[in-house]
Amino acid sequence: MTDRELEIKAVRLRKRLLQLIHYAGAGHTGGDLSCLEILLVLYNRILRIDPANPRDPNRDRYVQSKGHSVEALYVVLADRGFFPEPELESLCKYKSRFIGHPTRKVPGIEMNTGALGHGLSISVGMALAAKMDNAPWRVFTLLGDGELAEGSNWEAAMAAAHYKLDNLVAIVDHNRLQITGPTRQVMCTEPLADKFAAFGWTVRAVDGHSIPALTEVLTQPPVPAKPTCVIADTVKGKGISFMENDPKWHHGVPNANELAAALAELDAAEARLLAGS
Amino acid sequence: MFSAAAQARLAQLGLQPGRPNLDEYSATLIELARADRNIVALTSDSRGSGKLWPFAHALPEQLIEVGVAEQNLVGIAAGLAACGKKPFATSPSCFLTARALEQIKNDVCYSDVPAVLVGISAGVSYGALGSTHHSLHDIAALRAIHNITIIVPADNFETREAVRAAARAQHPVFLRFGKAPMYNLHSPATRFEVGRAIMLRDGSDVAFIATGETVVHALLAAAELAERGLTARVLSMHTIKPLDTQAVLDAARRCRAIITVEEHSVHGGLGEACAAALIQAGVHVPMRIVGIPDEETVTGSQADVFRHYGISMEGLAETAETLISAI
Ligand SMILES: [Mg+2]
Repeated sequence: MTDRELEIKAVRLRKRLLQLIHYAGAGHTGGDLSCLEILLVLYNRILRIDPANPRDPNRDRYVQSKGHSVEALYVVLADRGFFPEPELESLCKYKSRFIGHPTRKVPGIEMNTGALGHGLSISVGMALAAKMDNAPWRVFTLLGDGELAEGSNWEAAMAAAHYKLDNLVAIVDHNRLQITGPTRQVMCTEPLADKFAAFGWTVRAVDGHSIPALTEVLTQPPVPAKPTCVIADTVKGKGISFMENDPKWHHGVPNANELAAALAELDAAEARLLAGS
Repeated sequence: MFSAAAQARLAQLGLQPGRPNLDEYSATLIELARADRNIVALTSDSRGSGKLWPFAHALPEQLIEVGVAEQNLVGIAAGLAACGKKPFATSPSCFLTARALEQIKNDVCYSDVPAVLVGISAGVSYGALGSTHHSLHDIAALRAIHNITIIVPADNFETREAVRAAARAQHPVFLRFGKAPMYNLHSPATRFEVGRAIMLRDGSDVAFIATGETVVHALLAAAELAERGLTARVLSMHTIKPLDTQAVLDAARRCRAIITVEEHSVHGGLGEACAAALIQAGVHVPMRIVGIPDEETVTGSQADVFRHYGISMEGLAETAETLISAI
């Protein structure tokens, strides 16, 4: 799949996840939109996974620590064929397996997450398991920048470096916002790169909405004996002018008019991409 | 731990001293881990208190040290368990089940990975160290979390069997150990089954339903009561969850009174679990819950704290006599 094809897919999946959130009346819109390209690159180019055999012991593992951005994960998993896409219309409905945070009931999802500050420790455990077995599979996790105020992340960061987990990649969705407002104002987690470097990690920065840049940074081999942190600079609400950088869209749900306006913007973006290809 | 009179009863009953359950845990885990390289011990700077130095020396590749970081201990254990390992995350119960409770709830129980959580030096094992080091909430906290088996062994036999059962389990297990040397309570033919109480003695005036390191005191109290013409059933309720409800109901139907005994807060532990089972079955019987009351816990050795709260041969015999005499 070409960069252009993935870019078009990103626009189409933005439309789909906004529709699903609108139908469900619930969702974490802003963060879904900020991490979508990261997930698309992981699931289409990086992770060694087989949707037909989602429990293959030799698969790469992905743990979504910022579990609330689950709608983005659902549309990407559906697009890869882990389950029939129309099932997503049950999102957040009574007894649906597609609830508002990741669970292992959904094929392709490794762990039940949603409480912040858990995914990195779990990922360290998984990466240790691979090391103990001399297995080649790797572990990827996605962290929020607001989430990094949870102290447990730093316990895990210490352990990852201590155990030289070069099979572990933590990606920070660095959208600089959290539910209350700018992360710098709520509880400053900066300078993130310096913090992870001081904890013994290789740190790489990337434009978190650029398919080629994400592909390049995630295909770079790790520095031996060091875990890798990729700080992906992103925009919360990316792609919808009136949602971008506005904390109210952390879990804002578009009404019918807002949905129509958002879809119109995305239709125009898709037309531009198709015209340019 | 035992008064002179209690020591005489121990001799009369022919009970033989064993070792601390933690030593039995360590020895059993080494045996299992030698045969299965997927068994991993995790410690949070707790290999000494967990008696895991021998494990660390025998199987260094199968021990993971996380430092003083209990949340990370449990999260890492969950990740290992999700990838085919059988982790035994071993840490003082006071820290393991309080600081890391959210990791236990979400990463282990909700994600349903076969991790074993081992709460060491539980109850008032660290009696002199104060409330920071007492663990009187752990059973209550874990009982309210879905999808975890809670086992509190009373002696070396129960410990050995519980560790083996935990190693085989496909779902989360919590094992709770103290650090005092334990008397061997069971005859060689005894069968251990998770979720099934073991009857140590039968009688009809009172039933002691006890768990963990309190069971021996209930057994001594039963012997003491026999001298006074009262017969007592004694159950070792090693599994708190799932509770052997049938054994509780049988005890209440057969005996005139029930006394539960635990090294835990009287709130949310074995006693309240039994009370709920009895009330909802419509079985009404005079009952006392013996444990640590809801107050700032007295400090001292485990023996001092037990004696202070009546968890002793003398205390339990007196509680039984008072309860029965009022009927
Ligand atoms: Mg953020």
